[in-house]
Amino acid sequence: MTQEKEIVLQHPKDPSALLDVIRDVQTRLGHVPEEAVSRIAAHLKLSEAEVRGAVTFYHFFSLTPRGASTVYLNDSITSRMNGRTAVARAFEEEADCRFGEVSPDGRVGLSSTSCIGMNDQEPSAIVDGVVFTKLSPDKARAIVRGLRDGTPASGLVAEFGDGANQSSLVRAMVSNNIRKRGPVLFGPHEPGAAVRKAVSMTPEQVIDEVKKAGLLGRGGAGFPTGLKWEFCRREKAPERYVVCNADEGEPGTFKDRVVLTELPGLLFEGMAVAGYAVGARTGVLYLRSEYAYLRAHLEAVLAGLRKEGILGKRIAGSPKFSFDIVIKSGAGAYICGEESALLESAEGKRGEPRDRPPFPVQAGYLDRPTTVNNVETLATAARIVVEGAAWFKAMGTPKSAGTKLLSVSGDCARPGVYEVEYGLSIAELLDMAGAPEAKAVQVGGPSGTCVSKAGYQRKICFSDLPTGGSVIVFGPDRDIFEVVENFMEFFVEESCGWCTPCRAGNVLLKKKFEKVAHGKGTEGDLRDLEAWGKLVKATSRCGLGQTSPNPILTTMQNFPELYEARIQKGRDFVPEFDLAAAIQDGCAAANRRPACKEADHE
Amino acid sequence: MNDIRFTIDGKECLGKPGQTIVEAAKANGVYIPVLCHFEGLKPVGSCRICTVRVGGRFMAACTQPLIEGMAVENTAPDLEDMRKSLIEMLFVEGNHLCPSCEKSGNCELQALAYRYQLMAPRFPYLWPRRDIDASAPLLMLDGNRCIQCLRCVRACRAKDGRKVFAAVDRSHRVKIEVDKKLAAHLSEDQARRAMDICPVGAILRKETGFAVPIGRRKFDRAPIGSDVEKGTGR
Ligand SMILES: Cc1cc2nc3c(=O)[nH]c(=O)nc-3n(C[C@H](O)[C@H](O)[C@H](O)COP(=O)(O)O)c2cc1C
Ligand code: SF4
Ligand code: SF4
Ligand code: FES
Ligand code: FES
Repeated sequence: MTQEKEIVLQHPKDPSALLDVIRDVQTRLGHVPEEAVSRIAAHLKLSEAEVRGAVTFYHFFSLTPRGASTVYLNDSITSRMNGRTAVARAFEEEADCRFGEVSPDGRVGLSSTSCIGMNDQEPSAIVDGVVFTKLSPDKARAIVRGLRDGTPASGLVAEFGDGANQSSLVRAMVSNNIRKRGPVLFGPHEPGAAVRKAVSMTPEQVIDEVKKAGLLGRGGAGFPTGLKWEFCRREKAPERYVVCNADEGEPGTFKDRVVLTELPGLLFEGMAVAGYAVGARTGVLYLRSEYAYLRAHLEAVLAGLRKEGILGKRIAGSPKFSFDIVIKSGAGAYICGEESALLESAEGKRGEPRDRPPFPVQAGYLDRPTTVNNVETLATAARIVVEGAAWFKAMGTPKSAGTKLLSVSGDCARPGVYEVEYGLSIAELLDMAGAPEAKAVQVGGPSGTCVSKAGYQRKICFSDLPTGGSVIVFGPDRDIFEVVENFMEFFVEESCGWCTPCRAGNVLLKKKFEKVAHGKGTEGDLRDLEAWGKLVKATSRCGLGQTSPNPILTTMQNFPELYEARIQKGRDFVPEFDLAAAIQDGCAAANRRPACKEADHE
Repeated sequence: MNDIRFTIDGKECLGKPGQTIVEAAKANGVYIPVLCHFEGLKPVGSCRICTVRVGGRFMAACTQPLIEGMAVENTAPDLEDMRKSLIEMLFVEGNHLCPSCEKSGNCELQALAYRYQLMAPRFPYLWPRRDIDASAPLLMLDGNRCIQCLRCVRACRAKDGRKVFAAVDRSHRVKIEVDKKLAAHLSEDQARRAMDICPVGAILRKETGFAVPIGRRKFDRAPIGSDVEKGTGR
């Protein structure tokens, strides 16, 4: 039996196992060879084209070899700000290949990847599932040498981070960087208290308490959690699901990583509480592939909760309520944080968003009513059930109750996680994080808003500056155009490609923006940027395309002087391509003299 | 069940529960341009040409179910310009050389370009490198002209239900692939249907070609949308 056949036969003949089989093959063979594609297709009764479609959708799967070991170096703006270029060069020199290639001996492949949730300790990389943080060129070389000598990536981790990062099941060099502990997420919590309290109430009472608390979703969209649970509960169906969104893909957020590391018990209780409220028996934790290093730890916590009767059959003394949780893995795709794409992916398909209606609360996971909630939302809900709505409502602002976990990174003295009350101003936050000179602050990640000094009195809350948690600080010497370019590259790469405006529009926007950034823009180009940005926002199918022009639009709005200074004033048209300059460059490179003078081309 | 009352650009209309805006509009003699949509297939909202505005919000009329009292804006100048932009985007993101394309005159993208009086696109051409796959016995798939409408993905199945076409990769690199093994066994009818369902010249039946002379092609006879609008004038 070939290895391919052996791996494939270990999986059920169920199309929803597609991603699990692919992952298995990818992990064991380093890629998904043609033979595996045929085997998988035959086993799951899919066409080979469909299997190839799933493999090629996800960044961590590949049809071609990516080396015995693969380095995925984070390409977020914070990584670049912290010396990524030098680290990347060191990797290339030591591996003797470029990014996107495999070393001549086949031992090491190099690949770039979107934000891996380590923005507070960049540059970082994932090597065969193991996270390496705060990389330097020397460390990069040492990693390649170690891999070449046959040391497994885990054997190259010299020191471990704090807290549970040190536990025998994690052993990661990741630091939690918890800078401010607030009363909700980091308040004292007795394990099991939330589930016990919930089952002593009726599901309607639980929903009511969460509604009264005014809890709004922490994943970005800010939908009222209690209402979502009520909608889900109201649907008639033999089965309902709770899905926890642990995809945390917005560049710059990493607060869910810290909850998953330090507070997984609270999160799982939150899922059980949600399950009780909506009438579900099963919860699914959709864990982004970048956080796979936490999986064994999470499984162990789940096992512990089952042992204590907080998960499993008839839990917390309830005669009727049974609830358990399974973990499903992503495979590298930002779009899978979008709830309907997440559901597709959890069902083993390409992570392409669905059309709404039906909404997930009507027809979600496996077509059953499903509440999809963010990690922080669920952990917060668990605390609300224990402490009561009034306690929660007393914090924050009238419309944005409670506290929020912020992931602060970039040019500041104290990057890390802060639990703050809603209503905090940017100025106050910058003070806490140690960033007195900040020139700009990106709130809500690339899809959010780039705020200039004039906006530092603005407040973090749903009615002013909403954020899923990402806050990136840019110091006085940073080039905002570089930031925007990085963000647009991110959206271009992460678009699922389904709809015209997001697939083609973002490429066109990025090109036009680069023209301006490189000093070749005119006032007409600025007008185009604005019009095209509005077009993409208005006509895109899902939240990705509906927000992807924001890096351009919000910087044009808040930093008009920067754009003014970059464009060629008073000129109607400047070509993107400067023929005369290109000829000069070409001749210089070839060591020849131009046959004609620059003026001839004007 | 009772009819649903709604308006399109102020015109009072009646629709049926479960209908999408596009379907109900058509039944009321109002044309909303569509491209990825194909009657009888589950709508997927990929081209966004059918974008309308309801209560200030934009939505795809091919996927949005009708709601009582909806006031749909269909022909506002800014909406029409958005549609025109989207058509232009489809032209520049692929490689469309109509004069040498077999689908010319029968192509829905081209027909919409005429309807919207597209002269030169406002966007720069991207001139992507796209492949042509002519390995199947009866069909060829020309990626240069594919607009990712997913009609073929939805409509073409082998006898055992497997998908003959599938999307691979993502972002601007996304492309449609034809399954080599399944394509080898397509019947004459299946191949013909695949070509007919493709709105553009991306799926072509091999061996026969340019069967209908210029002047008698589909959109030579009547411009796109005119079947719906007949009687209402434009
Ligand atoms: C492109 C995109 C990416 C998203 N990524 C995430 C994510 O990583 N985590 C998350 O919780 N929500 C994410 N969301 C929001 C989810 O769609 C959804 O609103 C959220 O999971 C609901 O949970 P909540 O109500 O608890 O916030 C994303 C949305 C979009 C459009
Ligand atoms: S597919 Fe249509 S638009 Fe494209 S080249 Fe052919 S006729 Fe022209
Ligand atoms: S090949 Fe034709 S039918 Fe298929 S997605 Fe492309 S344009 Fe649509
Ligand atoms: S492909 Fe991203 S919103 Fe359509
Ligand atoms: S026809 Fe509606 S999105 Fe294509």
